[in-house]
Amino acid sequence: MKGRKTLNKTSKNNFITMGGLLLVYVIVLILKEGGITTNLINGQLVPICAYMLMAISLNLTVGILGELSLGHAGFMSVGAFGGVLIGTLMQEVSDSKTLCLLVAVIGGGLLAALAGFLIGIPVLRLRGDYLAIVTLAFGQIIKSIVNILYVGLDADGLHVGFIEKPEILEDGKMIINGAMGATGIRKISTFTFAFVVLMLCLIVIYNLIQSRTGRAIMALRDNRIAAESVGINVTKYKLLVFAISAAMAGMAGTVFAFNYSTVTPTKFDFNTSILILVFVVLGGLGSMRGSLIAAALLTLLPELLREFSDYRMLVYAVVLILVMLGTNNAKIRNLVAAFISDIKSMFGGKKTKKEEKTNG
Amino acid sequence: MDKGKIHEVISESIIPARDKDKRPVLECSHLGITFGGLVAVDDFNLTVGPTEIAGLIGPNGAGKTTVFNLLTKVYQPTHGTIILDGQDTRGMNTMQVNKAGIARTFQNIRLFDKLTVEENVKIGLHNQIKCSTVSSILRLPSYWKTEKEAHEKALELLSIFDMQDMADYKAGSLPYGAQRRLEIVRALATNPKLLLLDEPAAGMNPSETAELMENIRKIRDTFQIAILLIEHDMNLVMGICEGIAVLNFGRIIAKGSPEEIQANPTVIEAYLGKKKED
Repeated sequence: MKGRKTLNKTSKNNFITMGGLLLVYVIVLILKEGGITTNLINGQLVPICAYMLMAISLNLTVGILGELSLGHAGFMSVGAFGGVLIGTLMQEVSDSKTLCLLVAVIGGGLLAALAGFLIGIPVLRLRGDYLAIVTLAFGQIIKSIVNILYVGLDADGLHVGFIEKPEILEDGKMIINGAMGATGIRKISTFTFAFVVLMLCLIVIYNLIQSRTGRAIMALRDNRIAAESVGINVTKYKLLVFAISAAMAGMAGTVFAFNYSTVTPTKFDFNTSILILVFVVLGGLGSMRGSLIAAALLTLLPELLREFSDYRMLVYAVVLILVMLGTNNAKIRNLVAAFISDIKSMFGGKKTKKEEKTNG
Repeated sequence: MDKGKIHEVISESIIPARDKDKRPVLECSHLGITFGGLVAVDDFNLTVGPTEIAGLIGPNGAGKTTVFNLLTKVYQPTHGTIILDGQDTRGMNTMQVNKAGIARTFQNIRLFDKLTVEENVKIGLHNQIKCSTVSSILRLPSYWKTEKEAHEKALELLSIFDMQDMADYKAGSLPYGAQRRLEIVRALATNPKLLLLDEPAAGMNPSETAELMENIRKIRDTFQIAILLIEHDMNLVMGICEGIAVLNFGRIIAKGSPEEIQANPTVIEAYLGKKKED
């Protein structure tokens, strides 16, 4: 009986997170439709969803599998440029924006998953710091490859070139233009679409964690030797997590890219990888809810700090340091915990009164 | 030391009479490993019957845990063969050896600390109750069925040590003795033919040790498996082991029943040192 309770407790927490996310989505949608939010905020909605998805997908690798990855933006990049390419090709055959976006997101996710799987193979022999360095290098390699990648489309079909730009007919266009990145993207990403992708990925992660597979993954994190001794296939589960995590990052990249008319490879550099790692660490390793909140707040913060103009990033850094200190300080944490339990007991008191009434 | 004498001792079989005609669960022959120039285990020969409780004892640093690490392929042996229930384990890794039927506990406890007691046992059931990743993500009926099955099985296994009430606690928060017991339950969950216990009574008080002895016997009787244990607590070893092998400096110096081992001068010398007059 007790075991049931734990399952329910974890499930309850997950439902609270998903419900909260849905609630925020509905509120923001109402505000947006009502014209209350500024254009500045409206333009940030899709990137926020994309960064939230990046954060939970990285949390799967770092918090649940327990391997540090410093190249997560690389998978986002694969998804972004792969997705743009597939989406643009789809637009030649279909007029439906949602269908194009859907195919692009799936394609971008699959390409990134493939990249995740490939990077997973050599990385399996490495652990800890060494793994982190290899993933860092991977991110740089992806950035460099996209930097010299040219893909053009004309009546003759696709033209792909490395370093040198391929010649295309006059009526054709470049889809990926080297260091200039993907240009002339149709902005077909919508807030609702980005939200649906985020929500589905969150459900997948939650369902994965609370299963035989999830337990095997967390066993690897807590004690690899013991996990092997009870017959868990280390290779299989590590590769699985790398691929799933990369696929989600790729989807985030596609959704992100279709929100802009131009996306450059430098958008997904080392700084972005670190930024996403900051979301994960700040939100708490293994806590999807924390990752979501941290990603949303830290993406919005620079926008909200615009009134500080030149000092914007300085204030951002100071806020970040203060929050990190705050969340890691036992005194402040206890204070917050006491505050939350106070609120809970208030609610609990009300509940018992209600129960008494119904019983009476 | 006189080599001929040692070999005479080794040739004595320690398999109990009831297991004599059955195929042994474990046959190690000439097993050995060297780390660089250091010979950690050399010419290790041991046969364990299918329902035997066997003991592996020896002074600190004799190579007992190394033998366990060889059996479970944490280290690949440099010499010799390990036959598990008729199957050669050559080339297998730790995971495959577990699937083939060896489960173990660790001298320095290795639990999944951040997970609950029940989850620890469920991880032990990983290859017993299976559900694919896709069905788990999609929450197909097979997911609910296998989760329920795993939950019930985990509680059933925990009840061996009366631990079902602790199912919700984090494994890392358990008292030391309970952590040792949980490791045994987790190992049992993998449905082994041979259970290796590395100092199961370490850190336990005499009454806990007595209880553990009862439980080890109970496990052997209920599951009909072989148990090989490393232990420094001689009351436990002499009390429950049917056959004992003594290891010193990586070599077996004696094998036999508890009575024979207690009377063996080589063993006494290994533990207490030589008398000066000799």
